[in-house]
Order: sequence, then structure tokens, then C-alpha cells
Amino acid sequence: MEDKLIRLAVNGRDEAVVIQPLATLQDVLRDKLELNAVKSGCGQGGCGSCSVLVDGELQLSCLTLAERVGDAEVTTLEGLNETNAIVPLQQAFIENYAAQCGYCTAGMVMAAKALLDRNPAPSRDEIVEGLSGNLCRCTGFAPIVRAVQQAAQALSDTGEEAS
Amino acid sequence: MAKVRGTGFAAVNYPTGMHLGGDPTQSLIHMTPAGDFVVTMASVDLGQGLRTVLAQIAAETLGVPYESIVVETADTDTGPHCTGTFASRTTHRAGNAVVMAAQEARKAMLEVAGELLEASPEDLETDGDGNIHIKGVAEKSVSVGEVAGAAHFGYGKTIAGRGAYLKPPSPMDPETGECDPDSTQAHACTVVEVEVDTETGMVEVIDMKSVYEVGQQVNPDLVKGQIVGGSWMGIGHALYETTAPGYPAIDPAPVDFQNYLQPGAAEMPDVTCEVLEYPAESGPYGGKGVGEMVTNGPIPAIVNAINNALDVRITQIPVTPEVVLRALDEKKAQAGA
Ligand code: FES
Ligand code: FES
Repeated sequence: MEDKLIRLAVNGRDEAVVIQPLATLQDVLRDKLELNAVKSGCGQGGCGSCSVLVDGELQLSCLTLAERVGDAEVTTLEGLNETNAIVPLQQAFIENYAAQCGYCTAGMVMAAKALLDRNPAPSRDEIVEGLSGNLCRCTGFAPIVRAVQQAAQALSDTGEEAS
Repeated sequence: MAKVRGTGFAAVNYPTGMHLGGDPTQSLIHMTPAGDFVVTMASVDLGQGLRTVLAQIAAETLGVPYESIVVETADTDTGPHCTGTFASRTTHRAGNAVVMAAQEARKAMLEVAGELLEASPEDLETDGDGNIHIKGVAEKSVSVGEVAGAAHFGYGKTIAGRGAYLKPPSPMDPETGECDPDSTQAHACTVVEVEVDTETGMVEVIDMKSVYEVGQQVNPDLVKGQIVGGSWMGIGHALYETTAPGYPAIDPAPVDFQNYLQPGAAEMPDVTCEVLEYPAESGPYGGKGVGEMVTNGPIPAIVNAINNALDVRITQIPVTPEVVLRALDEKKAQAGA
């Protein structure tokens, strides 16, 4: 099988990339587009560190074939805000010390965004459920859950979206 | 068959740094032309916040703003020697090395400032906001940036400092056992309440309360983060995590995150912690180490709580449902015998 040219809509830009057959979205985002907030904790769907949004839905980019994305809109952490400003969700992570090594953080933020976009006022259990595909080996999850609670509160106070 | 509750506790004395010493860490600090200070270390920040803590210590000692400190870590090819990030030693060992390097760099900075202000360096003080002035005469002042410019382009001087912290090796006397094993010790106690389902063998940690004594905290939020994270790690080791679930058979071993069981956010109870501060004489600004000890209390405390709930004596980890049910069977068999 030969390399092929595909088009991807990533963080609001049209990208043309040459990929190897069966390349994952994770490979393309990290290696071709240098969007390295997308992490690779396991490469097999077990950790959530590679989480991105595809047409607003949370997806594991390591289990997504790049060719199958078609013209769906892909969002990585880098695309949360065009101006690179800190969005309320990120601010809540910062204020709650919701990262130590930071390896899980980008995936956690994307999972939290997907949750808050479909459910702006989640209960604690719904937050736990919404983050259940994402592992963290450092923080004990408590500060991350608190950050999402705070972000939800901040969003309901201002009536904004998660980003 | 029922859900039963139990309480357990465990206490920890935790030595900071390598047992018996002989584990140096060094630090180099230099000022850039812009007036920032680069702290070069080979020590590694694993996510525990070492870079933040060392920047705080450097800023405090130099008398300059935290924002003007850049901490470079982890390059063991080019950085000054560090024995490593382990044994909860880096705040203490690396912190002490940074204090020493920063004192030397501060002295060099005040010498140049003294030339600019035509004053003796001993008569100068820093305001922590990026200015140096003559004691008691705030208007006789230069900025740290001006000092950097004058040192680099006027006087042709470096503003730099070296630090080397070593707790000398203390071999044990083979006759008496006498030695000086550690520089300082941190302490902790954890109390845990569990609920055990005697039908399924599942254990839930309901509540975990800890108190820690880690010397002067350099950064209380980071200390708390480690304690909370360590509480979760303790739950993992006590109840779930193992690389050999069929021990002594080593197969099948979990080879990925799907098979390596670990607690998630749902298994995390409310964790409360209090921190007492008894500054350590040997520590940088009285700091000891937190680090590894945060898992040491929770694990035995959880096992003790299970034993208390069931009136059994489990001495292995992880306490999986199978371990619980076997312990209950054994208890029943003994009662019947
Ligand atoms: S890298 Fe995709 S789930 Fe772990
Ligand atoms: S902060 Fe290290 S894995 Fe989550």
C-alpha cells in the first residue's frame, strides 16, 4: 500500500498531509502537524491521554484511522482558543493544581470539555463518569474533579461555553 | 452477609535522602544580560513541582522576583551532578545546593551594585521586586536589570554562584551498628475507614484522614497535591494494583492499562489532610521532604481497617475480593474447628 494525501480539518484549519496507510489520527496530529498536546500513553485505547474532539465528540485519536475522519472537524487542546488565551476550563485546572506531571492533562481537559459541552451542569457522579476513560497516575483525580466542578460553576455564572 | 465497616491507622517516620548519606546534589546559577537568573540542575522534576520549589528557594535567597528565575533540569550530560530524584531527597538536597549557589550569586550581584551605587556591598539590600538599594535609603537604588547590564557590558563580570550539598557518607560501625543514617525525618499518620462487602469481598475506602509533618513547607499547595495523589496511590496498592495477580505464578501478568487494575476517580474518597510545620535545621528554609512517604501510611492503614472490620489478619497486598473471601473462609473454618 502506498502513502496517500488526505485532507483534515484541524482546529479550524484545512490541512493536507501525506500519510502512511492505516496511520492513526494520533500519529498524524503529533508527527505531521506537531500538535503535541495529543499524548500517547498507551496507543491502544487504555489511557485517554490522546483524547480529541471529532465533530464535538470525544474520541481516542490512537484508535481512529486518519483516513476515516473525512471532513469532520478535529479539535485538539491547541484549538481550544484561537488566540491561545487560557479558557475558563484551563484556568480551573490551574487554580485547582489539577496537574502534576501533566501527561494526562490535555486529555482530561478535552474529556471535560466534551462533558461540559453536552451537560453544562454535571453532578459529581456525571463528572466522574465523564472522565472515566482518562487515567491519571499523579493527582488522585480529586483536584481534576474539583477543577471541572469549578469550570461548570464559572460557565454557569458567565453563561459562556467551555471554551 | 453484610457490609461491615472498620477503622485502621498507620504511622510513618520517613528519612529524607539516601540512607547513610553520600548522595550529593550540585547547582549552578548565572545571571543573564536581561537580569534573569538561570538555575541549572541535573535533578529531575517528575511532576512533584521541583522546578517551582527550586525557583522559590532561588528567588528568596537571591532577593529577586520569582518570575525572574528560570530553572533548567534533567540534563545529566551538561548539568551539575545530582544523585537523583528519589528517596524524597530533592527539596532537601537540591534545595540546599540552590541556597548555596544563590548566596554566592547574590554576593556577586551586590558587588556590582555596590560599584554602581558607590557603596559597600554590606550596606545594600534587595527589595524582592527587582531593585537593590542602600539600607535605609530607598532612593539610592539600582534595578537588577541595570546591574546585569553593567556586569556584562561595563565591567566584564559574571554574576554566578556554585552550590554543592553533600551529607557526608556515614558507614555503619560493624561492631556497634552506630551510624548517622539521615539528615532529617518527616512524619505522618493516616486514619482510614473502610466498608467491606462480606458477600463480594469488595472493599471501599469511605474516608481517609492524614496528618503530616514535613518541616517548613516550601509550597503548601504542592505538598497537598502530593498527599492527595499519594492517598490514591495507597488505595491502588492496597486494593488493586499488582503485576502478578496469580502470585506466586507470574502468568498471566497484566501488560496494559486494560488489565492492570487501578482505582479511578469513583474510588477516591474525601481525603483530608493537616500539615504541621516543624522546620528542619538541615533543610533549605527548614524544609524536609514529602514525596514517597505519602503512600506509606495509607497502604497499611487500609489493610488494618479491613482486618478491623472483619476480625481477620490479612498481611498481603493488594487485598483483592479473593483475598478477603479467603480470609473469611479461613476464619469460618477455624471457628468450626
Ligand atoms: S494513547 Fe490513546 S488511549 Fe492511550
Ligand atoms: S498529572 Fe501525571 S498523569 Fe495526571
